[in-house]
This record gives sequence, structure tokens and C-alpha cells, in this order.
Amino acid sequence: MNPLTEPIGVAHYLGVGAVLMVCGLLCMFTKRNALGVLMGIELVLNAANVNLVAFGSPWLRADAARSIALDGQLLAMFVIVLAAAEAAVALAIVLCYYNNHATVDVDKASKLKG
Amino acid sequence: MEPINWHSVLFFLFAALACGAAVAVVLCGNIVRMAFALVAALGAVAGLFFLAGADFLGALQLLVYVGGTVVLLVFGVMLTAQRPLFALPCGTGQWVAAVMTSACLLAVLLRAAVAAHGSIGPPQPDQLPSSLQPTTSQIGLALLGLRTDRLHQPDAVLREGISGYLLPLEIASVHLLVVLIGAVLLARTKRHPASGTLQPGQHHSPGPSDDSASTPSHLPGEQSNESVD
Repeated sequence: MNPLTEPIGVAHYLGVGAVLMVCGLLCMFTKRNALGVLMGIELVLNAANVNLVAFGSPWLRADAARSIALDGQLLAMFVIVLAAAEAAVALAIVLCYYNNHATVDVDKASKLKG
Repeated sequence: MEPINWHSVLFFLFAALACGAAVAVVLCGNIVRMAFALVAALGAVAGLFFLAGADFLGALQLLVYVGGTVVLLVFGVMLTAQRPLFALPCGTGQWVAAVMTSACLLAVLLRAAVAAHGSIGPPQPDQLPSSLQPTTSQIGLALLGLRTDRLHQPDAVLREGISGYLLPLEIASVHLLVVLIGAVLLARTKRHPASGTLQPGQHHSPGPSDDSASTPSHLPGEQSNESVD
């Protein structure tokens, strides 16, 4: 059974989404740089987007009439917009923290006040 | 010998690029290389969107994520770029705990994907749409409240319940405005006078004495920040 001659299904996209999600979580767990944690969050949100698009795609499943159709893409679009907003605010917080503490190490950010 | 399915070939190409770049984001210690690997991963995900027939969303991913969000992150990297901050290694125990947790989660998610392969099978060639269906106008109409892809919903109750995304669109736009103002307000707070005289290297020596020494010096900063707000 050659994978290159078989059609692609939703499950293949779910596998990619799983790997992206786990990589993002590992990134959030192990990075001490606040910007590295932000990059992990971006990866996790992208994994969610991959899953949403896969569930709504008519090209990836036999019974396309039962898929969530355009809802997946619309939800993914809102996720992208909110991710951009989240990145802007988080970056502003990181810059403010860096201005006051001269570091971006999240382990030292136990006291964010002031 | 069956003919090669080029859709599958391209999928595996983009999937390998996305997963490889995501692993590279985790393994890179240097924050600048992490940003580059993130660009590669997000670009490959855009390719996956195109392959799934989501043309507008793939373009949006390239424009907003690769062109906007990552550039924002790279700006953050440049603004906070100092040699000791490039690589902040974390402890071995933390790595072990993180890898164990992530491996368990990966096993669960892959198990779910395999189960989905049984219930939602891949389409046979005669079940695919006859031509590419552009989604841009459909998405635009759905954002204005008209779902052109649900006009043939057989259930009358469901058909009335299917509205567009006008209210979420309004909420998202107001949310973006609030976020913009908040980001500007947060980013323009003044540099603390005490830490402005400190050399950045002085904060990097780990230890409890560093925290105890730096805590009292920030008390005037709170008042100045509040007066700015």
C-alpha cells in the first residue's frame, strides 16, 4: 500500500495538527524566553486551525455534505484575527516588562506588578 | 501500478515541512532561529490550507500570520536582543516532565486521528468536487449574515437557525480596536528611572539576592506608571 497513490483524508490533517499542537506545548513548557512562549502559542493556535479547516474541507472526506463546510474556515479566520490581537498585546506586555526589568526571562516574572 | 496522486505527494511535502519546522522551533536554543523556523512552519500550514481547498484562508494565513504576526515577534526579538537572552536553557527536570506530558498528549491525539480515519474515510476519486470552488465570496457573504453554502439545508428548523457571522465580526472588530489602544498604552509606558541606570547584565545573575535587591527599587515605578495611566 503506497501512501503516495492513496487519497488524503481528514485523519492525515489531524495527525499534522497533533504534531503541531504537541510541538507548541513543548515550546511553551521549555522556553524561558517570553517570546519563545509566544511562538509556542502561535503553533498551538495553528494546530487548531489545521483541524478546523480539515473538518470543513469537501476534498478530504467521502460524505462532504455532513462536514461543517464553511464554518470551519470562518472559525479559523476568527482564530487568526484573535491570534494577531493576542500577539500584539502580549508583545506590548513583554516590552513593558523588558523596559522595567531588563530581561525577558519568564522565570523572573513572578512579580509583574510595577 | 496505480498513478501517483499528486495531491497526496504535495500534502506529505507540506506536512513534513510543517512538522519538521515545528520540531525545529522546539529544539532551537537561539530565539532568532526559532523565529525563522516558525515562519517555515506557518508557511507550510498555509500550503496545507490551499491543499484542503481553503484558498482565502491560505492567503489570509500568509498575509496575517507570516506577514504580520511573525514580523511582530521578530520586532520583539530585535527590541529585546541581548546576547545572554538569546539562549535561556531550561533545566533537565523540566525537559523530562514536559516531554513526558507531551508524549502522552501526542499518543491520545494520534489515537483520535486513527479513529477518525475509520469513521471519516478519505474520498474516492469520483466523490471529489468536480471543480475548485472558490470560497472568498462565500466567506464574505457569510460574514455579512448570508450563508450561501447552507441554502439547501433540508431541515427547516436548522435552516432558520443558520445565520451568518455578522455579530462575531462586529465583536472581533471592536476587540481589535480595544487591543490596538491597549497595546499602544502598554508599550509606551516609560522606562523605569532606576532600571535605566542599571546595566542589563546586572539582572542576569540568577539567585535570590538579585530579586531581593531589585524589589524595593521598583516601588517608585508603580506610582509613576499609575500616574501615566
